[in-house]
Order: sequence, then structure tokens, then C-alpha cells
Amino acid sequence: MSVFRGNSTAGPRIRLGRVGRRRVQTIVMTLSVLMAVASAVVAGALMVSASAPFDAAFAQQHGAQLTAQIDESATGADRIAATGHLPQVTASSGPYQTAQIDPPGPGGLDMQQSQTVVGRSAPTGGVDDIVLRSGRWATAPGEIVLSTDANSVGPDTTLGGTLKISPAADSPTLTIVGLASSITDSADGWVVPAEITALRAPGTPATAQMLYRFSTATTTAELNADRDAVAAALPAGAIVGAQSYLDVKLAADENTALFVPVMTAFGVLGLLMSVIIIASVVSGAVGAQIRRIGILKAIGLTPGQVVRAYLAQALVPSAVGAVVGVVLGNLLAMPLMGDAGQMYGGGSPGVPWWIDLAVPGAALGVVALAALVPALRAGRLRTIEALAVGRAPRSGRGQWAQRLAARLPLPRAVTLGLASPFARPVRSAALLAAVLFGTTAATFAIGLTSSASAVTTAREPGQSIPVSVFLASPGDPGSPASKSGGGAADPAKTLAVIQSQPGTADAIGQSQGVVTVAGGTGAIRVRLYQGHSSVEAFALISGRWFNGPGEVVVPTHFLDTTGHKVGDSITLVDQGVQVPARIVGEDFDPGNAGLVINTDMATLAAAQPTLHPDFYDVTLKPGTSVAGYVNGLRAALQSTSAHVDATQAGHLNPTVVAFDAMAVLLTLMLVSVAGLGVLNSVVLDTRERVHDLGVCKAIGMTPGQTVTQVLTSVAGAGLVGGAVGVPVGLALHDFVIPLVMRAAGSGTPAQVQNVYGVVELVLLAVGGVSIAVCGALLPAGWAAKARTATALRTE
Amino acid sequence: MGNVIELEGVVKQYDSAGAPALGPLSLTVAEGEAVAITGPSGSGKSTLLNLVAGLDKPGEGRVSVGGLRIDGLGEKALARFRRERIGMVFQFFNLLDDLTVVDNILLPAQLAGSARGRAMERAAELMEVLGIAKHGRAYPGRLSGGERQRVAVARALINRPALLLADEPTGALDTASGNEVRQLLVDLHRSGQTVVLVTHDLALAESCAERTVQLVDGNIAVDRRNAEVVR
Ligand SMILES: Nc1ncnc2c1ncn2[C@@H]1O[C@H](COP(=O)(O)OP(=O)(O)OP(=O)(O)O)[C@@H](O)[C@H]1O
Ligand SMILES: [Mg+2]
Repeated sequence: MSVFRGNSTAGPRIRLGRVGRRRVQTIVMTLSVLMAVASAVVAGALMVSASAPFDAAFAQQHGAQLTAQIDESATGADRIAATGHLPQVTASSGPYQTAQIDPPGPGGLDMQQSQTVVGRSAPTGGVDDIVLRSGRWATAPGEIVLSTDANSVGPDTTLGGTLKISPAADSPTLTIVGLASSITDSADGWVVPAEITALRAPGTPATAQMLYRFSTATTTAELNADRDAVAAALPAGAIVGAQSYLDVKLAADENTALFVPVMTAFGVLGLLMSVIIIASVVSGAVGAQIRRIGILKAIGLTPGQVVRAYLAQALVPSAVGAVVGVVLGNLLAMPLMGDAGQMYGGGSPGVPWWIDLAVPGAALGVVALAALVPALRAGRLRTIEALAVGRAPRSGRGQWAQRLAARLPLPRAVTLGLASPFARPVRSAALLAAVLFGTTAATFAIGLTSSASAVTTAREPGQSIPVSVFLASPGDPGSPASKSGGGAADPAKTLAVIQSQPGTADAIGQSQGVVTVAGGTGAIRVRLYQGHSSVEAFALISGRWFNGPGEVVVPTHFLDTTGHKVGDSITLVDQGVQVPARIVGEDFDPGNAGLVINTDMATLAAAQPTLHPDFYDVTLKPGTSVAGYVNGLRAALQSTSAHVDATQAGHLNPTVVAFDAMAVLLTLMLVSVAGLGVLNSVVLDTRERVHDLGVCKAIGMTPGQTVTQVLTSVAGAGLVGGAVGVPVGLALHDFVIPLVMRAAGSGTPAQVQNVYGVVELVLLAVGGVSIAVCGALLPAGWAAKARTATALRTE
Repeated sequence: MGNVIELEGVVKQYDSAGAPALGPLSLTVAEGEAVAITGPSGSGKSTLLNLVAGLDKPGEGRVSVGGLRIDGLGEKALARFRRERIGMVFQFFNLLDDLTVVDNILLPAQLAGSARGRAMERAAELMEVLGIAKHGRAYPGRLSGGERQRVAVARALINRPALLLADEPTGALDTASGNEVRQLLVDLHRSGQTVVLVTHDLALAESCAERTVQLVDGNIAVDRRNAEVVR
């Protein structure tokens, strides 16, 4: 083969530019892609890991999209069964008769939590196949299969154990023959249908459970419509409760609902940043090397080779960033995915392999497109024009600006700098875009991270409570009776002791219960307070905290599910007793599927006259030592089974802590990449002006004046970018946060929405200018120090 | 009459391995003298000029201009030295394209902090003398090569430098424009301006300068007085 012909298939490998050797640009490209890919991998992995196990199990077990509690006495079983043939319904199961039981807790303690028991002759039946975890299905009266998801019914929930159906001494008992689970948590236990009548407390209404799947049921609105269709086919008020599978799914990993949009936002921001940076680097390289391209084309380089050469320059550092980003994303995703991976016993917690391929693939595709545009420009460049560049004087762009600036009563170096951005509008626009986007992204990311941590704080409203007093052994109701033996401490006496203890400011009693809401939900948890509960009130989205009995505060998702709004009156059903209540506030409480009612304990007095607190949260007078107080109170309560605890600060969910840390890490990365992007733009900008700077130095410009000129030339873009970027980032945050919260099924409380401080905003605005100016210092110093003789040679 | 330029044992080496690009070389130029530096390409002419202008520093030797030792000066002092004592003219003009002719000419005065009024007077006077007065508001891109080089000369002279350095000032010009610039240099010299002119054009050297220094491989091969300067 002739030495002159080269390898005709692969083509000569030509190094056109020197992008690879330009450290700042290479680092910036690599880092931006790395950051984008890492966040996107985490977001994708969370999204898949959160929904995939649930979705798979839901499909496999023919999960019920709607679990309805229907009042049997008002409707015949036939009519209930007929709802299974409604056009919307694709599959149904039931009706199964249900009963509420109230198994006693440790030491015979009344748990005040009724459990739903369903009469089913078989675990399968078209919809909601119950999965037996151990033991067998109930085949005879006196046997029960317990749900593994139930809130630990009774003191002994092991196979072969027995369960009393009420705290009464003569209560019948059931033998636990199996442990099983329903994907939608449709019951706390299952018995043979014949058993139900015996389990029903006298006077309680007879209810049946009906399980449905519908043709359209992907959103809460669709499910509500389906529910209404079922309700319309039944007598008014027959549906006493209905639970959506979406609520269960939401509860399955309430964290993920928040994590995914935030991580996605970081991924998108990172990718946009990568696009801006890479487009700017490649077009900068093309711009600076037009003559070189012209020469190479004149001696026979094809346009395709030119394009490929420039693409490669962007893709090599990007590919490195993508690979490292995938590794980092996998590492970061681990602590966040632990929760979801474990839940359904399936699948090893790890990032699915296809995400590890798809995310970097997509990122590199986008990056390649960003590089392709300027690379094509280089490819299309007419050789003659390319060769002419650098010899012929450039067109007189920005001359008006120079003329204007020259009139300003400022040192010449300053006015030269001020006008110079207008001479190269494209590059100046790139710099402006870098500062603007960088400031916007930094503002947005910092807000997002602050909001995420505000959410974490808002979910734990009791953080300010220093001391808690539990009437029975703490925390775990499934544990054996407390050391002092037998029963819980007397609430009234305990409260009297607490209140007489020096240092006590106030004591707020708390308990829990389960109610249903007429015409709405399935069993809903109620948080019951006694005393001035507003000190540990949840963050409010609208309305106010309750002031007394008959008023309730509910989370957003409750309002969505029931179709109520703040100010509405609702009816709570507790132990069969209807209790009227008015919704006075909407609180931020996304836990438990966003369905917890907060109210005064006295609200339920009509239904449960013996209701009393399980524990007291104690606030202290200023200056009281917590340790001293706890010791004193322990001594005073020693003879009872009450247990005094100093509240452990920071007992936060480790997943949430990991997420917050990650958000901070990604914000730092994003801010650094934004800074580096600005730096990169300034470096490119200054590089293009090296020759002119050399001329100025040759005619007597001092290094100080050179630095001044370079700095003032970027200060404008920095100021404008910063001044515009901050409000844009702020607006973006204020727009996105409610959407994110909505996606998580909640409204937005003020402390999550308004996270920016004035100082923060000023710093961010100044940050844009400082980054631009600091970024310019490097090339300015370089330009000032450069041998003028060398600079003058640059063309 | 004192010497404007005094070079003593000057050596300039770009890469440590090879022979020096210039020197060791000693040279003096008296006040009011016009000297042409000639020599083949790569012989070190531009290197010599850059050393005199303080754009580059010698590895060894002393460089004095107007009685000032410049080889040890810092960048800032060098910048001040250049704008006060040196005017430079380049082969490719090196005008700033986004400044008008008059702003280009004013620039060294403004960088030196001169009052705009007085600088304007001087610029107007120079533009008049150099025949570019009507182009004051124009941009360099519109001018012919010869006109651009005259703008460059005006810029070089705005601060009344003791020394005018020109590196191939006619190198990028056609014969007619080259002749204009040549005549300009002759006139300047006749008015008493000290001029050091780099050119490989022997005719230009003979016509503008009373003395020709010929470099070969970085050393002075010939240093001779020219015949009577051609008018
Ligand atoms: N910055 C530099 N780095 C390395 N070598 C240089 C540099 N500048 C000049 N040289 C070398 O020094 C020598 C003298 O260069 P110089 O530019 O002074 O020559 P010249 O006489 O002006 O030539 P020409 O007539 O072609 O302009 C040459 O061999 C050149 O390659
Ligand atoms: Mg030269």
C-alpha cells in the first residue's frame, strides 16, 4: 500500500483541536456529565425499585384496586355481588362478611385498636389472592389466619398461639393457624365465613368486604369515579369505607414519592448543564480553530472527518464522566433503596442493569447532539472562508458599544472591558447563559435541598418535646408486660404527678385509635390529643389546628380521598357510633398514606367513654435541666409502671438522612459544575481575545490594566446572569415544590415552600458575579503574564 | 548626542538545547539615528526588536533604552516604559477592529492616563500629518493596507516616544502603499525621530535608514552606513 494513501476505511486519526489537553474544559465536561448521570441513575433506580416490587406483587396476587366496606343490613348480599358486574369492573371478589375484634395488648391492656377480620373460605378467589407465609388456611371455626402486615395483633402472634377477641375476661379465643399477607392490606385476619357472626360485637352493624379491579384505575380521580359508580349501584350510604390500592402503594414507600422527583430534578439540571457546557466547549474549540480547520480541509480532510474529530473530543471526557457517574449513582442509590427492596421479600436491592445502561446511553446521546451542532458547523465551513479568518479584519460587531463606552468617564481599561462582550455576541451569550443557568440551577438546587430537609423536619413535629411519659412499657406494645407487672399506670394519677413536678410547663396526653369516615375511607388512624396539643401540631397547609372536641385536622390526602375541604363537616364512625366533626385544618403529614386524623380525645368520648392517653408529652419551663427533670420524675413515678424518657433527638429515619446528605452532595456538585461552567466560558472568552490583549500590552497596557479589562468584560454577564438567575431559580423552586408535594399526595406547608433567606439570595446573586470574576482571574492573570511576543504571534 | 539604545552582550535562547536565537550581541543606536535591521528569515530580527521593546527578556546581557535598564524591569514598569518611550509598528498592523481609527490612535494615551483633550489634539495633528484625518470615525476594517499602517504609525507616535520600532512595516503592503509608508518613515527620521526598522527588503533599508545592521544566525554580520538617504 502506498505510503501516501493511508488507511482508507478508518481514515487518519486527526487531532484537530486541543480540547483534550485543556484541563479546565475536560474537567468541566467530565464533571457535569458525571453529576447528571449519577443523579439520574439514583432517580431511575428509586423509581423502579419503589414501584416495581409492589407492581409485580400486585399483578401476581391480583390485588384489589378498591376494597369496599359495605353495610350489609341496608343491602342484600346479592345486590352487593351484583356490583361486580358493573361495566367498569373487570374483576371482583366477595362479598366477604367482616367483623371488628379488639384483641388485648400486653398484660391484658386494651389496645383500643379494632382489627378487621374477614370471613373467607379460601385464600384465592379472583381478586386479592392472600399469600400464606406460614401455616395453613383457616378451615374450621375457632381458627384465624393473621396478616403479617397487621399492627401486631395481641401479645402472641406466633403460629399455634391464641388470640382473645376482646379484653373482656370471658372473651372467646382464636387459634392462629396461619400467617399470610394481602398486597393491599385488605384485612388484619381471616377466618372461615361461619365464624364471623360469633365475632361480631352485639349492636355493631354487619358489614361485608367487596374487592374490585377496574378497567381504568391509575389515578386517585379515576378510582374515586369507580368508587362512585359502585356506590350509585347501592343504596345511599351503603359504602361505609373504601380503600384505594394507590394509598397502599403510596404508603409502601412514602419516602420514594419525595425522593424521585428531587433526584429527577437533579438529573435534568445536570444534563442541561452538560449540554450548555459541552456545546460551549465544542463551539469554542471550533471557533478558535477555524483557520486550522481551513488548512486541514485545504489539504484534503473531509467534512465527515472534521465532524467526527470534534464529536470525539466531547464524547471522550463525557464517556469517562458517564462511567464514573454510573458507579457513583449505584453507590448512592444503595442506602436509599434498602427500604423498598426488602418490603416484598423479592429482588436483591440494587440498581437494575438496564438503568445502568440506559441512563449513560441517553446522557451521551444528548451530549453528542450538543456537540454535533458546532461540529457540523466546522464540517460545513467553506475552506476559503476558514483560511481567510485571522488575516482579514473581523466584521465590526460591537463597535457601537465601544463608541458608547469610550464616552464614559472611566479608566480606559474599564471601558474597553465593558464594551468587549458586544464584539463577540455569540461567546458573550454563551457566558451569559452559563452564569444565568448556573445561578438558576444553584438557587433551585439549594432551595430543593432546603425544602427536602424542611419536609424531614415537618414530619417529626414532636422534635421540640423534651420528655415523654409512657403509661405502659415504652414503644413496643408487643413486648411482655412491664417490670412492675400487671397493667398500665393510671393516667389521671400520672398526669397529677407530672403536673406537680417542679419544672413542668405542660403535659399533652396522646393516644391512637382507628375510625372510619362515613362515605369515604377504610379504617383510618386517629391521633388523639388531650391538653394544649398545638405545641406539637403538624405543619399546617391551610386552616388551623383544632381548639377543642368536634374539630379535626386532616392531611391533604384525606381531603383528596374523601372529596372534602377545610370547613366541611364529616362523620366519624367509631365502635359503630357516629361522631360528627368539622375539618378545621389541613396538615402536612404524608405518613400512613396521608390518612391520619388529628383531634381532641374528647371528640370520641361519645363512642369510647374510657378513652385515655397512652403517653404524655411534657414541655418544661425555661431553664429546667432535662436530665435532672427526668430523674426527678422517674423517682416520683417509681411505684407505677409509667416510664419516663428524655426524647432522643435526631432519631431520624436513616434513609431520609441518607437522602438529605445526597441532596446536599448533589447540590454541591451542581454548584461546582455551574461555577466551572462559568469558568470555562470565561476561559474560552479570554482565549479568543489573547491577540488583542497582546496588542494592548505591546502599546503599553500594564498587567493591572489587562486584568481590569478582562474582569470588567465578564462582570456585566456575571451581574446580569446573577440578577436574573436568582429570581428565575426562585420562581422555578416555587413552581416545582408544590408539584413535587402534589405528586407525593400532599399540599405544601409554608415552611417547605419558603426556604430562602435574604442572605442566601444575596449570596447567590453575588455568587454569579464572583464565579464569573474568579473564573476570569485565571485567564486574566494568564493574559497579563503571557509573553506579549507570544500573544502577538497568536492568530 | 546620547545613545537611545545600548545592547551589551545580549543573548536570547528559546530552547536550552540549540544555539541561541540571538547573540551574544552588542549594539548601540544614537539619538536621531535611523537603523535598518536586515537579514535572512529566522536570523533573529524580530527577537532583537522584541528585546528592545521590552516585550521579551534576554537570557544574558544588558538592554538599556533611553538610559533606562529594562532587562530587569517588572511587567508593570515595562508597560509604562513602552507607552512612554516606545512606539511600535507591526507587519499586520495589529489595530483593534472594534475601535474607530481615532480611538485606536488614542488608546496608548488613554492607557497612560493622559487628559482626553490634549490627547485628541495630538491625535488630530498626527492624523493631519499622516493624511488620515478624514478616516477618524471609520473602522480599520474599511481602510486600505497603507492607510491602516499609517493609523498604526499614528498610534505609535501619540505619546511622543523616544524610539519608533517597526517590524516589516511594508511586509503586508503592495508597492504603492509600501512606498507611502516608506516616505512616512523617511519624513519621520528627517524630523528627528529615532527609528529602528526591521526589514528583509534591502531597498527599503537603503532608502529609509542611514545605517544597516545585517543579522545572520543571531549575530551581526554587517553594520554599515548607507549611502546618502534617498529622498
Ligand atoms: N517564541 C519562540 N519560541 C521558540 N523559538 C522562537 C520563538 N520566537 C522565535 N524563535 C526562533 O528564533 C529564531 C529567530 O526568530 P525571529 O522571529 O527573531 O526571526 P526573524 O529574523 O524575525 O525572521 P522573519 O524574517 O522570518 O520574521 C528563529 O529560529 C525562530 O524559530
Ligand atoms: Mg520577524
